[in-house]
Amino acid sequence: MMNWIWLFFILSSVIISIFNGKIGDVSNAILSSAQSAVTICIGLVGIMALWLGLMRIAQQSGMIDCIAHFLSPLLKRLFPGVPKNDPVQADIALNISANALGLGNAATPFGIKAMEGLKRLNPNKPDTASDDMCTFLTINTAGVQLIPVSAIAILMAVGSENPGEILLPTLITTFSALCIGVIFVKCLIKLSPNPGKKK
Amino acid sequence: MIESCSLAIIPLLVAFFVAYGAWHKVPVYEAFTEGAKEGFDISIRIIPYLVAMMVAVAMFRASGAIDLLALAFEPVLEIIGMPADLLPLAITRSLSGSGARGIFAQIAATYGDNDPVTKTAAVMLGSSETTFYVLSVYFGAVGVKKFRHAVAAGIVADLTGILVALFVSKLFFY
Repeated sequence: MMNWIWLFFILSSVIISIFNGKIGDVSNAILSSAQSAVTICIGLVGIMALWLGLMRIAQQSGMIDCIAHFLSPLLKRLFPGVPKNDPVQADIALNISANALGLGNAATPFGIKAMEGLKRLNPNKPDTASDDMCTFLTINTAGVQLIPVSAIAILMAVGSENPGEILLPTLITTFSALCIGVIFVKCLIKLSPNPGKKK
Repeated sequence: MIESCSLAIIPLLVAFFVAYGAWHKVPVYEAFTEGAKEGFDISIRIIPYLVAMMVAVAMFRASGAIDLLALAFEPVLEIIGMPADLLPLAITRSLSGSGARGIFAQIAATYGDNDPVTKTAAVMLGSSETTFYVLSVYFGAVGVKKFRHAVAAGIVADLTGILVALFVSKLFFY
């Protein structure tokens, strides 16, 4: 699927830009975006190191187990492939709470940690996503955020006196997207569950 | 108030992790540096995936393909009651976070802060995460190449978000 999406983006943009004379813009976009992808990753190094360091403290102090134990009932339903009290549960919980609080930079390391845990539990071949990975990323792409920081910042920048009025509608919207996304991914998983190790 | 709370979250969180560790007799400094070593590795590992995704998305945006899509979708817009100016935002928000913020800033500047279109756009921006960025970073970090249901589910969640944003904004702002 990713192969097709990628191919579609690249071929359609080249063809369209030939017709509307924007091929120069596309050329610039290729070079500058490749560079900025690396800039983003390098920028991530420090923040990753910070949160993964704190995570190690949390792990050794038993905090992770404590969180995992507390959230076990809920996470067990969402991620049936994760055994009870597995440390991955805590990584997932931390990722979702960091996202909800709008700490995007902290959420990424937690999320990657969670993905590594899910990889350890993956019943499929290593290059194939497990059911639980799909559910986890659906929750992440829905992007539940209690305070939409950047939207509010831009509203304030154009002089809005009451940017808070978007809070409730935004919350209703994200939660509906989250629920529908999770229900949908669960249906897909029912229809075609983990393929296992064979082809 | 909200602002000062969110400023305090990160320092408090850091302090809490360290204090909790020390309380449970963890050698906090050593544990921290040991964990932090992994950070470099992971960040470097996701570079190829992010380059692939960001180049494709940047090409797509620069080619004007989004305007073309907007044209094609015009009849649908009337049915769901969406102002045409919101369509580029609706498409871009799944592809590029900085792109979506840029488009929103443009809408806000054009319509002014008090127009329902601006507010609807704010809800659309605030309620979304950049689906394709999340997918490429998270799957890239663990070397997964077959995404299975994650793409379809992410897109369905995004579409739901767009429709609900329109509907809720109608109730709240018009």
